[in-house]
Amino acid sequence: MDDHLMESAPTMHQTLQNIIAACNRVILGKEPQIRLALACILARGHLLIEDLPGMGKTTLAHTLAQVLGLEFRRVQFTSDLLPADILGVSVYDRNAAAFKFHPGPVFTHVLLADEVNRATPKTQSALLEVMEERQMTMEGETRKLPEPFFVIATQNPTTHIGTFPLPESQLDRFLMRIRLGYPDARSERHLLAAQGGRAILPTAAAVTDAAGLIRLQAAVTEIRVADALLDYLQALLEASRRDPRLEMGLSPRAGLALKQAAQAWALMQGRDFAIPEDVQAVLPSVAGHRLINAEGGPADASVLLNSVAIP
Amino acid sequence: MTEQKLMLHLRWLLRALALVLAPFMFQLTPWVPLMALLLGIWRYWLAYRQQPLPGMKILAPLTIVGALGILASHGGIFGRDAGVALLVLMAALKTMETRTRRDITLAVFLGYFLCVCVFLFTQSILVAGYIVVPLVMLTATLVSLSQPGGGLSGGAKLKLAGLMLMQAVPVMLVLFVLFPRVPGPLWGLPEDMARGQTGLSEDMSPGSISELSKSDAVAFRAVFKGQVPESSKLYWRGPVFWHYDGRTWRAGQPPKPAGETHLQPLTAPMEYTVTLEPHNKSWLFFLDLPTHWQTAGQLTADYQVLSREPVRQRLRYDAASTLHYLERSQLDATTRHRALQLPTVGNPKTRQLAAQWKAESPTPQAIIQRALQMYRDGFTYTLNPPQLGASPIDGFLFDTKRGFCEHFAGSFVFLMRAAGIPARVVTGYQGGQSNPMSDYLIVRQSDAHAWAEVWLQDEGWIRIDPTAAVAPQRVERGIAAAIPATEPLPALARPELTWIKRFNLGWDAVNNGWNQWVLGYNDQRQAAFLSKLAGTKVDWGDMARWLVILLSLVVAAIAGLMLRNMPRQTDPVQRQWLRFVEKLARVGIVPKPAEGPKDFAARAALQLPGKQAAIEHITRLYLQSRYGGRKGLADLHRRVREFQPR
Repeated sequence: MDDHLMESAPTMHQTLQNIIAACNRVILGKEPQIRLALACILARGHLLIEDLPGMGKTTLAHTLAQVLGLEFRRVQFTSDLLPADILGVSVYDRNAAAFKFHPGPVFTHVLLADEVNRATPKTQSALLEVMEERQMTMEGETRKLPEPFFVIATQNPTTHIGTFPLPESQLDRFLMRIRLGYPDARSERHLLAAQGGRAILPTAAAVTDAAGLIRLQAAVTEIRVADALLDYLQALLEASRRDPRLEMGLSPRAGLALKQAAQAWALMQGRDFAIPEDVQAVLPSVAGHRLINAEGGPADASVLLNSVAIP
Repeated sequence: MTEQKLMLHLRWLLRALALVLAPFMFQLTPWVPLMALLLGIWRYWLAYRQQPLPGMKILAPLTIVGALGILASHGGIFGRDAGVALLVLMAALKTMETRTRRDITLAVFLGYFLCVCVFLFTQSILVAGYIVVPLVMLTATLVSLSQPGGGLSGGAKLKLAGLMLMQAVPVMLVLFVLFPRVPGPLWGLPEDMARGQTGLSEDMSPGSISELSKSDAVAFRAVFKGQVPESSKLYWRGPVFWHYDGRTWRAGQPPKPAGETHLQPLTAPMEYTVTLEPHNKSWLFFLDLPTHWQTAGQLTADYQVLSREPVRQRLRYDAASTLHYLERSQLDATTRHRALQLPTVGNPKTRQLAAQWKAESPTPQAIIQRALQMYRDGFTYTLNPPQLGASPIDGFLFDTKRGFCEHFAGSFVFLMRAAGIPARVVTGYQGGQSNPMSDYLIVRQSDAHAWAEVWLQDEGWIRIDPTAAVAPQRVERGIAAAIPATEPLPALARPELTWIKRFNLGWDAVNNGWNQWVLGYNDQRQAAFLSKLAGTKVDWGDMARWLVILLSLVVAAIAGLMLRNMPRQTDPVQRQWLRFVEKLARVGIVPKPAEGPKDFAARAALQLPGKQAAIEHITRLYLQSRYGGRKGLADLHRRVREFQPR
């Protein structure tokens, strides 16, 4: 079925297609994850990538930044990383006879927080605070972060040694959590032949730039969400709180995240309105890390999908 | 089915079956329910420890041992007890091989069937109330089974099961009232159904009635059309005994049907209805003497009324009796011979006394008076008479002088016969207890009584109750008034209205209603009730018609309620879409739960390649109108109307 191209900006759809195509050339065989990650960025959300080491988490983050034409910083989180190592530090400048602020790596468009769960809770919360505020206050002075700004955090499965699992309240600040998984045989072959992956990352050209991304993000908020769809969203939230299989339901923030992600997904489909399928496409990634099942373990968001009829 | 889910369903099933089993604990040979219980516990333990189920090598011998055990305990596998025992055991063994959903379903239906079997033993209100519990549990097991995700909590499952059963209640009521009843049971009930019921027996010896008098059990209940006669007039006639063998009174020979009766009622007959508890004998109880018995049974020459077969189920019959009458029957030679029969030897002192009276007295009436006078002077009425030796009547009349009604009636008839007056023993019940909570009379086994009848020239058979001579209170105010408070009389026969007795009478009133309206709702009662309701005579055809009409109404009402609870679709766009979905459903393309419209349309287009364009167009219009805020209703309406899936 042909989608309904946006009359106002048919080029936006084209731009998005180009971004996806460019990423696909580097990250092989992971188009669904690329689409979700892009939707997350378009919805002005932060992204959590959770997988085993060596699955291409960092490459994905790096590729996205490069294709979107954004400034990119990477911080490797370790257990001795301090908040100042991310945020920056004021140092006394003898010449100016004053403290001078040396901005940390957080002052960028895309911050890749690699292995975020290896840092201490103190450092984690410093990062998560700026993620939410998109600005930082130090010594009475408030400094805005650049626009656009988003964090792509990667995380090892928490069962690994030397990790501080992110608490639920922190996980809620990530709009989406995705998993990459092993590549399929064909992609893996290409990867081994150095026809993809980090090897060809330098060749990936920027499709848009910061201003272009801001325009795209603005377009997302314009995507129409009809009353009927709000009913559906509400039914999903309601069900997540009432379902006896789930111990913890979705927060209102999660509801907003779900709506924004669905809008972004609709934009990527070239529609100026969102439909239930958009919600269904993003729900597992938006809700997966926020739900806790009755046994206290991670819950499968698809149980939610199947139990709520579309009004 | 995963191990975990099986465990969940199994827990429901085993709990439900345990509850079904409970009432059988009191009814079956104890080892059968016990073995079933142990099997259930074993099954639960295996599931709990996730151990494999026992194989055929263990189950087959167990089954054979169980079946042989039942054969040994009951002497066969037929009849109620053996049949139900077998069923209980097999249901328990069935759980030992439940691995799949199908197995559990089968066990649930076995459980339902066992619920019905409980009523083969007892149909009391308490059991009927109790059975609801396992019924809900069994239904909850089915609810649990039909939940693919195992979603609902335990309480929610019970609630849903209860709700489903509640919805069935109106249907049950309609079927109960209107389903045409057939006369008599649908199938022959097994012989052993009537085992262990108390009541009068076909013989009388010293101690037999006093033993019966210690039972509280209800013999029958009676409702009178008019005023209840005073207690001393309430002689409920039962078996009549002619033959004495020196110790025991018996009927002697089978009762002859009544020929022409010589009964002349002096007052208008008294009409009443008796609800007789099953006693496994064929006699029916009527007040002396019956004038209307035809609908209940057959009258014999000695005024017993016998039903055609033993009373194995509660029986309700209309009756009329006259309490004041003249019975001017003549005695033919055979009957006279029977009424004077005595053993050739034994009780010499009594015979001597009778001979002496006969010589000294001018009329039979005088002999009777002397006998009664003798009882009045120095005899004691007691529930616990002393043991009597080889000549029981001599022993009673000359030594112990303490006895219960059977002693008085037996010795009196012996005396009369020895003095040449034809006489016989009549047993039955005397008196009864009026239930103050409701308008009926309860006659218990403790009201069992024996009295005498003598035949006099020109007067026919007349009743003489020697007990009344010794203890007039017995017939005027009931047994409790005549027996010293120290003797072990059943609590309910005592006159004081304690709270426990009050409760008991109230409970008896409830039970009486249950018997009359639920258990006693037979073909006649149904026809009478419905005819009264309709105002005209109601036949089977009418019942069937009303059955169909009322059932349709009930189902429609429930459907209406359910529809009203469903969200009403007010959006016209959505209505058109649902019409479209319905058209596709007719060709077998049904939306999956929670399937989005676009996904559904794509699937439909794949299945109907020829209609792809139309489906896509309608879907596009729908999505734009419902979610995109565009105006496309008229177009959508037209296209949905024109859409033909074939």
